[in-house]
Amino acid sequence: MDKDSINQVIEGGLLPRRALLKASALGLAGSFVVPVRASQDWMTHAGEPQGEYGQPSPFARLKREQTGGHPLGQAAGSSSTPLQDLNGTITPNSLHFERHHSGIPAIDPARHTLTIFGDVRRQLQFSYEDLLAYPMETHQYFLECSGNSFRNTLNAPLDLTAGSLNGLVSGAEWTGVPLHYLLDEAGIDSAARWVIAEGADAAGMTRSLPMKLALDNVMVALYQNGEPLRPAQGYPMRLFVPGSEGNISVKWLHSLKVQGMPAYTRDETAKYTELLTDGKAEMFSLAMGVKSLITSPSGKMTLNRKGIYEVTGLAWSGAGAIRGVEISADGGVNWEPAALQSDARPMALTRFRLPWRWVGQSSILQSRATDTQGNIQPTRTVALARYSAAGFYHYNGIQSWHISNAGVVKNVYV
Amino acid sequence: MFTYKTFVPRCATTGMVLLALSASAIAQPLLDGHNIKPELGRLVPDYQGTIVSGNGSGLPLGQASVEQGERVFNARCAACHGLDGKLAGNQLAGGIGTLATAQPVKTVGSYWPYAPTLYDYIARAMPYNEEKSLSVDEVYGATAYVLYLNGIVKRSEVVSDSTLADIQMPNRDGFIELQQ
Ligand code: HEC
Repeated sequence: MDKDSINQVIEGGLLPRRALLKASALGLAGSFVVPVRASQDWMTHAGEPQGEYGQPSPFARLKREQTGGHPLGQAAGSSSTPLQDLNGTITPNSLHFERHHSGIPAIDPARHTLTIFGDVRRQLQFSYEDLLAYPMETHQYFLECSGNSFRNTLNAPLDLTAGSLNGLVSGAEWTGVPLHYLLDEAGIDSAARWVIAEGADAAGMTRSLPMKLALDNVMVALYQNGEPLRPAQGYPMRLFVPGSEGNISVKWLHSLKVQGMPAYTRDETAKYTELLTDGKAEMFSLAMGVKSLITSPSGKMTLNRKGIYEVTGLAWSGAGAIRGVEISADGGVNWEPAALQSDARPMALTRFRLPWRWVGQSSILQSRATDTQGNIQPTRTVALARYSAAGFYHYNGIQSWHISNAGVVKNVYV
Repeated sequence: MFTYKTFVPRCATTGMVLLALSASAIAQPLLDGHNIKPELGRLVPDYQGTIVSGNGSGLPLGQASVEQGERVFNARCAACHGLDGKLAGNQLAGGIGTLATAQPVKTVGSYWPYAPTLYDYIARAMPYNEEKSLSVDEVYGATAYVLYLNGIVKRSEVVSDSTLADIQMPNRDGFIELQQ
């Protein structure tokens, strides 16, 4: 066994992937013996009986973070996925991020309908039962709030976890009816360019969807990770617009108005528009930019030993699939390509991994993603440059984690 | 009960798919599934919906004066937005001319491009936690009063379905539309 291969490091301790493959057999040398006699009390008697709906281990202590609301309307708020506690690319439904403008409605599907009206040959209404009978598709997609990572646009870096800073993004397998099946059935006018989607929540969230997107890969989603949508995610039905800012995937979908013009609703004018330095603002900026972050090691963690760690995280892009992720351990001077997992599907979370040897020195870990359109994730400075200082939507700058000599990991700006 | 013969063969499916899709601009490649649709939509020719667009389409018949609106606003809105609409953190008025500064203040007056959007939003989403409890004329009144607090309409004015779309908002030309 070539023990030196594992000591082969590049700048900052990142291990090239070749070295990892050779070193993988090393661990076997020190195999240890588990006693045959039970040493733990859970080995000596029957555990809890089977249950109706499973719960995570109490030892995993999983919970969403930053569950804050508007001071004058607590149900207008959000909660974020604890990215640092998860692995893989699927967010469990109970931990998918939430953003509501007036709480989570308790909708009885038997009293809920979806109506397509406006510039169509036939105005049509569908029940939930009706939609369940339509042909469906299943895809993995990310969903990211336009305001995700806004805390990193603030002047001073906040010492928070990866999830508290960046957890308004989640990944799931969505199943639903392609929207164009329903639009075709209604028969859209040739001059119709927009579909206005309205939710049945108290806020009546309403957004204008360009027809070319509506006819492409948008679906009326009915299932998330195999089970009917959770109320917080739009039960019984939501629009799902892959790759676009989360707000346009209107939850609790109950009407679709087909027309020639956008509606210019409050949530696509007053909100979800990006103010630029010159006072103009971008409207209908739907696609989420290419982005990544290291979820481990990450903010609020402490490295309590020197040696090998797996640097891992998530990457995604609204413009396509992730082509590559590079990692730097020296604040962006040297970059090493990471291994990509989970097939790097278009508009889906992609997991990346790279081994790293921490030698007990202060380091700055960063990841930088590139998508199949050739878009490269910008530095924080570049990501902020065009926008007004008060802007906070669509921030996709590189996330930097500082590791102190003592192993304490903290959010920093580079 | 299904028998084998009740299934539509995949090859037949593909042919029908092409026909069915010819109405939409972008034909989808057939993925793993099929797309034989049950066509269950029920005709609802009279459905109007409640979506009001920036150009005023969809506005219901109605009207109110600024003074009528003041009563609505003070009773139903001021607690959360301030009597002058300037309660910090939930500001509806002021900020005109600040967008290009280091501290832009986005309000209905300084930022919103279309007046009918204000009707649409108040009708669907306000008062917070008592949504959709106002009458059409009360919504026109609240709309008129918020515009008045921003100096966009005069105290003597009446706002209605036929005037709202013509009200020029200060930041009407402040947006770059990325999807047009
Ligand atoms: C109980 C508190 C409360 C009351 C009462 C209330 N609002 Fe609001 N209002 C809010 C909250 C909270 C928001 C922010 C909601 C969000 O962002 O989703 C808001 C947002 C708004 C906005 C959008 C501001 C912007 O720039 O985006 C307008 C306009 C508005 N309210 C008008 C009114 C009017 C008119 C009334 C009275 C008819 C009213 N509100 C009553 C709490 C309230």
